[in-house]
Amino acid sequence: MDFPEALSCPVPILSHDTVQLAHGAGGKLSNEMIDKIFLPRFMNSTLEKMEDQAVLENPGGRIAFSTDTFVVDPIFFPGGDIGDLAINGTVNDIAMSGAIPKYLSVGFILEEGLPFETLHRIVLSMEKAAKLAGVQIVTGDTKVVNRGSCDKLFINTSGFGFVPNGVNISASNLEVGDKILLSGTLADHGMAVMTTREGLSFQSTVESDTAGLNHLVQDMLAVSTNIHALRDPTRGGLATSLNEFSSSSQVGIQLYGDAIPVKENVRGACEILGIDPLYVANEGKLVAIVPPEVADEMLNAMRANEHGKSATIIGEVTDKHPGIVAMQTGLGANRIVDMPVGEQLPRIC
Amino acid sequence: MCLAIPGKLLEIFDENGLKMGNIDFAGSVSKACLEYVPEIEIGQYTIVHAGFALSVLNEEEAKNSFDAWDDLIDRANAEGIEMEKLERPD
Amino acid sequence: MKYLDEFRDPVVAKKILKEIHSVTIQPWVIMEICGGQTHSIIRNGIDQVLPKDIELVHGPGCPVCVTPLEIIDRAIEIAGRSDVIFTSFGDMLRVPGSHKDLFMVRSEGGDVRTVFSPLESLKIARENPDKEVVFFAVGFETTAPGNAMAVAQAAKEGLTNFSELVSHVLVPPAMEALLSSAANRVQGYLAAGHVCTVMGWDEYDPIAKKYKVPIVITGFEPMDVLDGILHTVKQLEAGTHNVENRYARIVEQGGNQPAQSLIKDVFEIANRKWRGIGEIPASGFKIREKYAAFDAELKFSVGDIHTEEPEACISGVILQGLKKPHDCPAFGKECTPQNPLGATMVSSEGACAAYYKYQRILNE
Repeated sequence: MDFPEALSCPVPILSHDTVQLAHGAGGKLSNEMIDKIFLPRFMNSTLEKMEDQAVLENPGGRIAFSTDTFVVDPIFFPGGDIGDLAINGTVNDIAMSGAIPKYLSVGFILEEGLPFETLHRIVLSMEKAAKLAGVQIVTGDTKVVNRGSCDKLFINTSGFGFVPNGVNISASNLEVGDKILLSGTLADHGMAVMTTREGLSFQSTVESDTAGLNHLVQDMLAVSTNIHALRDPTRGGLATSLNEFSSSSQVGIQLYGDAIPVKENVRGACEILGIDPLYVANEGKLVAIVPPEVADEMLNAMRANEHGKSATIIGEVTDKHPGIVAMQTGLGANRIVDMPVGEQLPRIC
Repeated sequence: MCLAIPGKLLEIFDENGLKMGNIDFAGSVSKACLEYVPEIEIGQYTIVHAGFALSVLNEEEAKNSFDAWDDLIDRANAEGIEMEKLERPD
Repeated sequence: MKYLDEFRDPVVAKKILKEIHSVTIQPWVIMEICGGQTHSIIRNGIDQVLPKDIELVHGPGCPVCVTPLEIIDRAIEIAGRSDVIFTSFGDMLRVPGSHKDLFMVRSEGGDVRTVFSPLESLKIARENPDKEVVFFAVGFETTAPGNAMAVAQAAKEGLTNFSELVSHVLVPPAMEALLSSAANRVQGYLAAGHVCTVMGWDEYDPIAKKYKVPIVITGFEPMDVLDGILHTVKQLEAGTHNVENRYARIVEQGGNQPAQSLIKDVFEIANRKWRGIGEIPASGFKIREKYAAFDAELKFSVGDIHTEEPEACISGVILQGLKKPHDCPAFGKECTPQNPLGATMVSSEGACAAYYKYQRILNE
């Protein structure tokens, strides 16, 4: 599929170069912004009706509904931007239920003075991410706030999809003996953002892994609908997701330290900052808990998908130490992988 | 304390009158002050703490460490215990 | 990663471990005085796999942990001022003062920023001439060269809005204080590899001789730590008490001369209070008179500070290696990383935090 890249899709001509308060007031300037910036990129038959709400067909069954707000700083980072995250983040949250994401809403809070060129770039990213995921943006809202009241822009996306019959994925479903599968390398996104922030003097080669994972999940469900649990480990990293599983299901989790994949340059960045990759956000990875008898076939299906090429088994569910996640070190000792306390800060000591 | 890990010096430049370098940590390049390692040359490894290079890694000594550990392995092999020789940082 | 991964090879590590088992005949108590080594030991489970006869005791090697309460409170007071940009390493932000921590100051509107290097603070000072920029200069000798350079550079550039709040502590006086205490049980020491990178090891010879303890300069990777322990045990079994360098790829006997030179120029030795331990004479640095303009303690006259340590916190005895975190009745209950009562639980290298994070189950 061919997508217009920023260079070949020039910024539409508006009456102003930057966002003004009036663009959020609902009048002529608002309409100009919607017509020129948003509509052309998000166009679909529902959106073009421009009603106050989107009326959609309901085939029946269970709905998976999710919302997320994106406030990342910097808004542009290697491998992506806030627009990518906004679409992929909600697509993934829906997809982790086994549902096929279908419809999204987008709410923008724009800071007065934000250049339209910046907004346009982000909207292009959102268009591309939405098309790759196969979701439609069917309704939206924009507000403009005074300079200083928000940091450039914040984006909320909400969305839903329909959960197929027979699929029951939940953090409380873990069973002793289940295998733990990770779709790829850890910490790419969090380190891409951290090393890009001014002041850390990094020439970052680390790229965010932001990606929509719904197609990967569907490939996995095709192998077996009996996936016990799924999560995309964003804030708090893999450690948080696994602790949540372990706590919900009251089982123990045993990880093998050597099995956990981290890219070399990500490791370098983590080492120099004293940050543990287990606690760093990922935006294009998932962790799956599956019964042992389907693990190998599931792994093959994951590796056949572009977002699961480095998929690997990293551990298993155990009846020892329920509620606790433990990891075996190279020396054969076992250490706890606890929930993080607050933000990961670069360590000096 | 004192988190510092070894990285490779890629280039030297001046900033605010201080000798600075770009250090490569497995692909992540970070800036550090080289004032405390005046003898360092491009291609050498150094450990960096809080933005300051503090020592030039002595590659000969690193090899010596491995020699000593290889001895342990040789002795283990002599006792009939299987041990793989480790990869040296050549 | 070159010169890093090779020192984490589990096969060789296990072989060194086996060697430790075979040379250990008597029980020994060994202390490491370096938070980075404590972290490495607990994280890799080294203490779990050593012979039962070897007891590893964790010393006051975490500068975050030993920064006196008065200085934290002072930092909090300064950071709260509207004309100040307060910069600090990340570790310090969560250390509890008498009433709050630097994170809370930030959420109350204070301009508190994490920096990775004192040079970043200088940059902030250059870019914000109308603000006072303060850098929280905490650390052992390893951090001193950087902190000294920042002051010297600020003087060279004629910056008038940069200062450092200094809480530097030194390892050898702390070792002497511990060794001369009647309660001391430690028989051998792992010396901090990166401190020695800066200072060399001449200061340790007289200590080894006087107290008859082997002191082995040790690195941080699993193989380095095991190797350090191995050679300490070998000396203990042989009854020798020498300073031995097992981190020779980085550490030289004389240390880093240019760094020592500039440290001497900017800092002078002073008495320092160690949180939980008390005052140790000549155990820290303060900024010299000639650089007084860059000393935040002088620049910001903070009134009398009344400090309050939580009664339940026994981090003092833990830092001295006299008790373990599990001996504290508050450990894991009122005192957790989310709600720390003392510095050894806050800092990621404090013994209490390390035990809580990595080892809780083993003692349940």
